Order: sequence, then structure tokens, then C-alpha cells
Amino acid sequence: MTAKVELRGVKKRFGPKVVLDGVDLTIAQGESLVVIGGSGTGKSVMIKCVLGILKPDAGQIFVDGKEVTRLSGRARDAMLRKFGMLFQGAALFDSLSVWENVAFGLIQGRGMAKAKARDIAIEKLAKVGLGPEVANLSPSELSGGMQKRVGLARAIAADPEIIFFDEPTTGLDPIMADVINDLIIATVKDVGATTLSITHDMVSARKIAGRIAMLYRGKIIWEGPTAQIDTSGNAYVDQFIHGRAEGPIKMEVRR
Amino acid sequence: MNVFAAIGRVFLAFLGETGRLCIFMADAVSAVLRPPIYWSLIFKQMMRIGYFSLPVVGLTAFFTGGVLALQIAIGTDRYNAGAYVPQIVAIGITRELGPVIAGLMVAGRVAAAIAAEIGTMRVTEQIDALTTLATNPIKYLVVPRLIAAVISMPILVAIADSIGVFGGFAVATQKLDFTGAIYLKNTIDFITHQDVSSGLIKAAVFGFIIALMGCYNGFHSRGGAQGVGAATTDAVVSASILILAANYVLTSVLFSK
Ligand SMILES: Nc1ncnc2c1ncn2[C@@H]1O[C@H](COP(=O)(O)OP(=O)(O)OP(=O)(O)O)[C@@H](O)[C@H]1O
Ligand SMILES: [Mg+2]
Repeated sequence: MTAKVELRGVKKRFGPKVVLDGVDLTIAQGESLVVIGGSGTGKSVMIKCVLGILKPDAGQIFVDGKEVTRLSGRARDAMLRKFGMLFQGAALFDSLSVWENVAFGLIQGRGMAKAKARDIAIEKLAKVGLGPEVANLSPSELSGGMQKRVGLARAIAADPEIIFFDEPTTGLDPIMADVINDLIIATVKDVGATTLSITHDMVSARKIAGRIAMLYRGKIIWEGPTAQIDTSGNAYVDQFIHGRAEGPIKMEVRR
Repeated sequence: MNVFAAIGRVFLAFLGETGRLCIFMADAVSAVLRPPIYWSLIFKQMMRIGYFSLPVVGLTAFFTGGVLALQIAIGTDRYNAGAYVPQIVAIGITRELGPVIAGLMVAGRVAAAIAAEIGTMRVTEQIDALTTLATNPIKYLVVPRLIAAVISMPILVAIADSIGVFGGFAVATQKLDFTGAIYLKNTIDFITHQDVSSGLIKAAVFGFIIALMGCYNGFHSRGGAQGVGAATTDAVVSASILILAANYVLTSVLFSK
């Protein structure tokens, strides 16, 4: 299979703090990859590097075999039209209503007529379990979990080829989390999208992932099919998936 | 040695900031010329920048015109030049006080609001979200505000000029011994096209400065509520200083013979 997205030796540091220290990662066409890793290990930074929101200090990023590391202007916009992104904090536009948020990429990015875009927005909202009555509300009138779902609807609104979900189920109740898991599986199956999800929620990870990769200290230390996660033989992975305080990963807490 | 290092650091920081501002300005201006143009956003910003500033600017212009008339009458007692109140008020308001006072009031109102809004969008990743939706944040956020400010400010100042002259008129006819007809005739006979147009050109430049400093500081804000607060303060302070500096430069250029 051809690689849809590929990271080669991506490095990123903020001042003296090294966050990514040579990340190599390949996402195949139509694959659902889940990246796990402790809080603050740079998972969000990694996907921001792919999208060009952050500029990597070193390394290369390829999308559909073309290098996109230093794209700008129209070429970059064209590249970004392939992507949908759910931000960890939802990042909804608070000056726009819920449906305008969801339809934003359709109207601004692709020049679709408003009425048609609104219908699509309502349909996508229904997929994340939100009724048409929220469409005209402003994002600040929603609960945190509802905002997250609006962000999710916005990410999938334009049926992008590649979707990044930064913690899609965080802040949702277990039932709604499972609805979202099913939605992610369906977008991969039905639309044929390629997805990269970041999560701490191992239930969700096991359900949606075809493959799992673990980020630790700026590198991918393990990757493999979901079925092998319990038999990885990697002490770091074992500690993480079982959520043990004791193990090779030392949390930076002082007692 | 340490003193030189400190001075050097401040100087380098200043150069860096100036460079970033120039790049930002070049980006913004070149984006003005490229499609798409978001007409509805420009209109919305004109309402916020221009229309909603009318009460503040109108009131300050009225009192400024009034106090100008009063001071001239009192101050020129010594020369028996009290008859020139209409002329001096007209020239003072249209050339200097109208644009500068409107500029400073709008800087306080609008540069702060722009910086706070864009700064919040920055720290809540809304600007990143714009990018991922294939929308250039400079085009979507900065350009409409720049255009709206450059169009609104001259209109606002034209209104402020009229209200300022009326403030002088009110004081002169109520407190000094002018009749309304004479005051108006003196004003209209005296004032020239250039007095008014120079003020309006200044207003357009001030509008540009206000929107640019609001957007620039908002765009480069870092780190949560505190960062947004700092960006807001910086926007107002830098816009006000630049307005006064630009006012001097513009006066010397526009009235150079
Ligand atoms: N813009 C930035 N400036 C400076 N440091 C940053 C910036 N963005 C992220 N960092 C740092 O990079 C590190 C990784 O951040 P990141 O948001 O990628 O973590 P994460 O793996 O997504 O964690 P979480 O699971 O908690 O979301 C953090 O230590 C953070 O302090
Ligand atoms: Mg994160």
C-alpha cells in the first residue's frame, strides 16, 4: 500500500525543550492509526507539524508522496483541503453559530452556496448526535462535550481524505464516546478516509485503531497492529495501556 | 560591560519587533490586493469600527471644539484678536484636533477590541483552525479590518470635524458675543479645501495604524488570558504613539510648500 502521510525524522523543539526528536511514522491509505503517549509528549505538536501550523526544525513530511514540509500559499491551501482536523480544545469560532462553524470549510474553503452548506452541516451534526435545534446556537452556549462534537462535525464536514482527531472522546460520557468511535470507524469504512487519532482512552483506541503507535520522549518507540498491543513485549507500552504508576515511564512529579 | 549588553539586547529586541511588524504589514497589504474579498466581513467591521465609535468621537469632538473656542477667546484677549475664534476653531479642528482626537479615541476603543478578539482566537487555536480549513487568516481576519478602518476613519473624522466646529459655534454664540450667522460665515469663508482634505488623509492613515496594531498584537499574543491582556495594552499604546508620530510626519509632508 502507498503511504498517505509520512513523517521522516521530524524534530521540533521549543527553546531548550526538545519535544519531537526524530519522529518516523507512516500512515497507509485508508488506514486508521491511533497514536498513544503520555500527556505532554508532543502528540498534538506532531500533528500540527504535519498540517504546517508548526514548522518542524528538521525532517520531512510527505502527503501522497509529495513533500509538504515547506509549502506555502495556494499550494498549501490545496494540500490542506485534503485534511480535516479536530482540535483538542475544539477551537470553534465563537463569532459564528454552530452550523456556520460546521459549514465553514464548505463555504469559505470550497465556495459552496450557503443553503446547501447548511443542509450538510445539519446532517453532519446529526451524525455526532446533535439535533438541528443546536444549529443556530453560539458555541459558548454549548457544554464542553457538545463543543467537541461540533468540532468533530466540522472536521468531517467536507468529507476530507485525511482526518486527524486530537482526543475525540475526551470529555464525553461513555455512551457518546462509543457513538463517536463508531462514527470514526464508519468514516474510514464508508468514505475511505485515512485517519490519525490521538487518544488516552484505551477502550476507544482498541476499537478504532487498525494500528497503534506509541510516542515517548520524542520518538515512536513501538508500533504494530491493534491485536498485538497486549503482546508487544515493550515495557513502556505495557505500563501505558494498563495505566500503572510503577514502571519504566517515570512521571515527573515530586512527592 | 553589562550595561552595554543590556542596551544591545533591548536594541536587538526592538529591531526584531520592527522587522516582524514590517513582514506582517507586507503580508497584510499584499493580501488586500488578492481575491477573495470578504465584503460582508468588511461591512460588519465598518459597523463596529466606524458606526459604533460615533457617540464617543462625536462627544469628544464637541467638547474639544467648545474648549478651543473658549481658550482662544480668553487667551487672545491680550491682543484683541477675539474676532478670530471661528477661523482658529475651524483650522484647529479640521487640520489637527479632529483627526488626532478621533484617532486616539478609536485607538482606545477599536485597537483594543481587535487585539483582544484576535488574541483570544490565537490562544484558543481558532486561527490554526482557520488555516486547516484552507482559509488564510490574514485574508479572513486582518484584511477586512484594515479596509474597514481605512474607509471608516475619514467618514468618522468628517463627522467629528462638523461636530467640533459646532462645539465652537455653540460656545461662541452662547458665551461669547458672536451671532450665529457671522460665526458660520467666517468659518465657511475662511476654511479651505486643503484644511479638510489633509485631515481626512490623516484619518485614513490613522485608521490603517489602528487596525494594523490591533491585528498585529492580537496575532502575536502568547499564553492565555494574560497574554491577551498584554496584547491589548500593547495595541492601544503602540497605536497611540504611532498616530502621534505619523501626525507630525503627515503635517510636515502635507503642508510643505
Ligand atoms: N506553542 C508552544 N510553545 C512552547 N511549548 C509548546 C508549545 N506547544 C507545545 N509545547 C510544549 O510541547 C510539549 C508537547 O505538547 P503537546 O500539546 O504536543 O502534548 P500532548 O502530547 O498533546 O499532550 P496531551 O495529551 O496532554 O494533549 C509540551 O510540553 C508543551 O509544553
Ligand atoms: Mg494534545
